[in-house]
Amino acid sequence: MTTVTQAPGNPLPFGTSRSRRTFAGRAIGWLRANLFSSISSSIVSLLLISVLAKAFVSLVQWGYWNAVWLVPDNNPGACRAVRGLGACWAVIPEKLRFILFGTYPFNQQWRPALAMLIFIALFYVSSRPKWWRKELALIWAAALVVIGLLMWGGIFGMPYVSQDRWGGLPVTLILATFGLAFGFPLGILVALGRRSKLPAIRSLSVLYVELIRGVPLISLLFMASVMFPLFMPDGVNIDKLLRAQIAFILFAGAYLAEVIRGGLQAVPRGQHDAADALGLSYWKKNGLIILPQAIRHVIPPLVNTFIAFFKDTSLVLIIGIFDLLTTAKTAIIDPAWQSFSVEVYIFVALIYFAFCFAMSRYSRGLEAQDAHKAR
Amino acid sequence: MTTLKPALPLSRRLHLALTDKRISGLIWQVVVVGIAVAIVAWLWSNAIHNLSVRRISTGFAFLGREAGMPIDDTWLPYSPKDTYLRAFIVGLTNTLRVAVIGIVLATVLGTLVGVARLSANWLLSRLAAVYVEVLRDIPLLLQLLFWYVLMQGLPAARAAWKPIEGVFLSNRGLVLPSIPLGSGQLWVLLAAVIGLVGLYAIRKRLIARQMHDGRVRPIWPYALVLVVGLPALTSLALGVSWSIALPELRGFNFVGGMTLAPEYFALLVALTTYTSAFIAEIVRSGIQSVSRGQWDAAMALGLRRSFVLRQIVMPQALRVIIPPMTSQYLNLTKNSSLAVAVGYQDIVSIANTTLNQTGQAIEAIALIMLVFLTISLGISLFMNWYNARIALVER
Repeated sequence: MTTVTQAPGNPLPFGTSRSRRTFAGRAIGWLRANLFSSISSSIVSLLLISVLAKAFVSLVQWGYWNAVWLVPDNNPGACRAVRGLGACWAVIPEKLRFILFGTYPFNQQWRPALAMLIFIALFYVSSRPKWWRKELALIWAAALVVIGLLMWGGIFGMPYVSQDRWGGLPVTLILATFGLAFGFPLGILVALGRRSKLPAIRSLSVLYVELIRGVPLISLLFMASVMFPLFMPDGVNIDKLLRAQIAFILFAGAYLAEVIRGGLQAVPRGQHDAADALGLSYWKKNGLIILPQAIRHVIPPLVNTFIAFFKDTSLVLIIGIFDLLTTAKTAIIDPAWQSFSVEVYIFVALIYFAFCFAMSRYSRGLEAQDAHKAR
Repeated sequence: MTTLKPALPLSRRLHLALTDKRISGLIWQVVVVGIAVAIVAWLWSNAIHNLSVRRISTGFAFLGREAGMPIDDTWLPYSPKDTYLRAFIVGLTNTLRVAVIGIVLATVLGTLVGVARLSANWLLSRLAAVYVEVLRDIPLLLQLLFWYVLMQGLPAARAAWKPIEGVFLSNRGLVLPSIPLGSGQLWVLLAAVIGLVGLYAIRKRLIARQMHDGRVRPIWPYALVLVVGLPALTSLALGVSWSIALPELRGFNFVGGMTLAPEYFALLVALTTYTSAFIAEIVRSGIQSVSRGQWDAAMALGLRRSFVLRQIVMPQALRVIIPPMTSQYLNLTKNSSLAVAVGYQDIVSIANTTLNQTGQAIEAIALIMLVFLTISLGISLFMNWYNARIALVER
């Protein structure tokens, strides 16, 4: 193992002053500073370079050179020929519509596609600090209603599509977004409840948070899919997707509550005292003074919770709801394409990665901004 | 209660009473608790009604009945003729087996990656960064399915990969050599444990004496005697034979050695790598939280870098590392329930099968909750104890 840099965040020395003049000199200086600074570092570098080069070559051979990109009319023959040697990317265009939209009626798939675009626009708008105002709540409400109309249809000449035909990426986005949209206010209430001076409310909040966080999400989903009907009166039948959605809202509420509680703890006591001195009521004090500061403190951990939550929606696979991962897994049940599941998983992983990476980049940007402001 | 002048009109008195903090607090509590109790009571009465309609009797009597469910991969002896209780215990050991080993491996791997991320070697630190980023941003379930598909895609037992003698990797899982444990081996193990405990006590004493007079006393002679000598002596005295069981291919399967089933292996790899990415970030930020002056001061004393990292930086970093590490351990344990997706029978999977077979939904979920709350509590208690032990002792 090589040694640890002693100054985190400090730029490493960039070449020596003598060799700065030419590009080659600078490159050599960089290499010496960053790859060959000591004997042990040089050994590690050489070892890594050789391993990486080998891995890169075999990856390019498999994923590009020997890969099959398209096959004529749903015939995986060409893919079979290169099995083990090259990737069969042809499975992606072949199954793309199913992976993205599940069993949604084929000629109506522009609707979930449009819903997805609205989701992405909504995420983008919400990420801009200049949009963090009251109107944002209205935009969210409007967007969620429009998405509901698009997905269900039944008006404006769009035929009705019931929930059990929804599938793919829109379902993943719906589960995550609605879960957060409803879980967030719930989390705020529970976080306030946990810091309340009223013992009954405090213990109820603690009980809720600890019970939800103490058990795996899967057991909550099993509960939603198996136990929920047991708790409902006769004749009440709630759709499976909605039941899972309720489980996700409860789950998100508990985790977000803990993050928001952290923010509440970071607000200095003086703010409470000042608000009380102004004679503000409990709700006005929290809504106008405490919460805006508390939430601003915890935006980066909130985004991290969003990322975790987005990934966790994939667990609905286990109770048989058609989200992105389930459609991917179902797409490769088709015997003709069965042996190319790795390619499909890589494709789906890229989609998840794109969303999560964007969010984590964003959260890191915010953190850097905060650190800059604090200086 | 505030004393009110009787001259005030009733509406005004009521208003004053409602704005009184204690009274409004009481009202709020009564309302919220009332709503919560009403919801629970409503759900409960529905459940009782539905259960009686479906002729399911509540209670844990079903645990004594024959389970009739096959469990493939167990450490404890089990057959489908055993009771549900036994099936649950087997499931619990399966959960613990993957969680405990996963926690140990993830901690080691995560610490290595976290330190590598801070390496002065550009290539190594970039590689560690990519590792962390890729593993963190892909759902665990997807990674698990991916590893499982890779395991299934391995050659059959006949054409198994053989990286070293006695190790086979095939679609039957990972087969390793093992040491058959008899009573003699257990005695030797016991001797080693006693040796370790003794060594710990001696180390404490040596440090106390070093505090007293500042002289460093070597500990390795004691280690040699207690941890190596004592077990070796026990082994000789009892005449224990140490044979290594090498697995070999017979027909279509392996005989001898120890087999990690593909389901278990895929789950272990997925949990370990996924959690290690998070642990790496925790370790990195922990090390970075130690101020630069600590490094400078230690280096100015002429200490070696590895010594500085181990003896000066790490003990301080641990204070930042332990609390988030605890929640990662809890996450790993909870995530082990994804086992059901690849058919590894952990406690959640067994509870789910039980639930489908008997309809005892409430009891099955209650058992899951009980098990996980107990494990969470256990991990939290242990980590709190450890955290208190390493906490900063201020004068």
